[in-house]
Amino acid sequence: MTRVEKIDVVEPPTVYHVKKGEQGSVLDISGFNLWYGAARALFGISMTVERGLVTALIGPSGCGKSTLLRALNRMNDLIEGVTIGGKVTLEGNDIYDHRADVIALRKRMGMVFQKPNPFPMTVFDNVTYPLRVDGVRDRRVLEETVERALRGAALWDEVKDRLQDSALGLSGGQQQRLCIARAIAGDPEVLLMDEPCSALDPIATAKIEELIDELRGHYSIVIVTHNMQQAARVSQNTAFMYLGRLIEYGETKAMFTVPKVRQTHDYVTGRFG
Amino acid sequence: MDSPHKGHTVRSYDDELNQLDNYISEMGGIAESQLAAALDALAKRNSELAALVIVQDEAIDKIEAKIGEAAVELIARRQPMANDLRQVLASLKIAQILERIGDYAANVAKRSTVLNQLPPVEPARSVPRMGRLVEQMIHEVLDAYSTRNAEAALSVWHRDEGIDGLYDSVFRELLTYMMEDPRNITACTHLLFIAKNIERIGDYTTNVAEIIYFLVKGEPLTETRPKADTTSFAVMTPGAPKG
Repeated sequence: MTRVEKIDVVEPPTVYHVKKGEQGSVLDISGFNLWYGAARALFGISMTVERGLVTALIGPSGCGKSTLLRALNRMNDLIEGVTIGGKVTLEGNDIYDHRADVIALRKRMGMVFQKPNPFPMTVFDNVTYPLRVDGVRDRRVLEETVERALRGAALWDEVKDRLQDSALGLSGGQQQRLCIARAIAGDPEVLLMDEPCSALDPIATAKIEELIDELRGHYSIVIVTHNMQQAARVSQNTAFMYLGRLIEYGETKAMFTVPKVRQTHDYVTGRFG
Repeated sequence: MDSPHKGHTVRSYDDELNQLDNYISEMGGIAESQLAAALDALAKRNSELAALVIVQDEAIDKIEAKIGEAAVELIARRQPMANDLRQVLASLKIAQILERIGDYAANVAKRSTVLNQLPPVEPARSVPRMGRLVEQMIHEVLDAYSTRNAEAALSVWHRDEGIDGLYDSVFRELLTYMMEDPRNITACTHLLFIAKNIERIGDYTTNVAEIIYFLVKGEPLTETRPKADTTSFAVMTPGAPKG
């Protein structure tokens, strides 16, 4: 990954009307650009993620919402030929600073993916994985973390007697909640969720949505979703992206009732084509 | 966002929204002609026409039921957002108002059948004039709905003040007639209720205008409507000098 310090492109300004978090913002993205080789994927994205709130990223396929999400914890570093420009700060620290510790950064931002991806090990070992990587061996600490994280992920009652069973034996919805438990075990500040419910049935989806609602406040959550009703249900702020640009970023309530930009309107009402 | 919307990706969704609009125009058309016919029945002392108006009220009620059904189904199946959602809510509310307007028109018709059996009184001429103005307001507000024209809706909204003023003077005129000759009381009381019904239809029309404003703009109309109807505070004592 290379970094471009300055580019001279004037972008149409994003229409911005977010709900401000009471505790300020946790992430600050400014003039962020990203290229995959020669192909530009993100164009001058500027937005804040408010602390303790749920921020949804919506937009048609290929609009750059997953790319933006993955840029937040430098997952795109792993892809060959990625160039970035602009700035992303977490609690005021530039995450793309050459001195930044990427591993430490990712611990501060838990990530949950579209397909549940538990490790092929026991439920207990899955949840404690982030701590064991840090060298925590104290059995009591590990046990406390497992219970806290599993309760936090609304899974404790279902698996408390199966902690030593393989995580792969859980249902899809349980596996996804296990991944959320694993993501919050290290007590991150931000939870990044990339289509966390798209492989789940409606009941498992409802459980995850309920969980998101419970986790917000303690964590700041950024969720990418194709399901607009889901964005409307779980988030307080919604960002609409199109062709790599942030078109409109505002309070979810307004984005789905009186969007200010025609493109947003056409997308949320199902007129995009 | 004033240009007409392009269609939904799912075309049958557009058809369903259009169907709601068609119901509203159909219902509005009937409500308007019901009022027109009731006013004719009054002005021309035509009891047969009045009877027809009373019977036809049922047609309006039937369309209102259809709109309710279609709106519920659309919400359940399509989960409308933004202005689509406002359209569904607007059609439900407007349908309810048009149904009330239909009821008032039928009541005007009923009272005019009674009036037709009594000797004519003078104010029976100024009441239909007031009615024609309200009829025109309904016509324009329905146009504003079908063209999604918030400005046209606002213009109707402002005009209701004139209706209130007319009602005020009809009210005083009728009181005067009743005081002059107690034999006028039956006819004048029916006329008073007819005038009140028409005035209410005017008020309902302004509600439709407000709904259209919200539908188009996405925010409620915040102006306060000027009121010219002071009859709630009117006192007239027999023998007092007329003013």
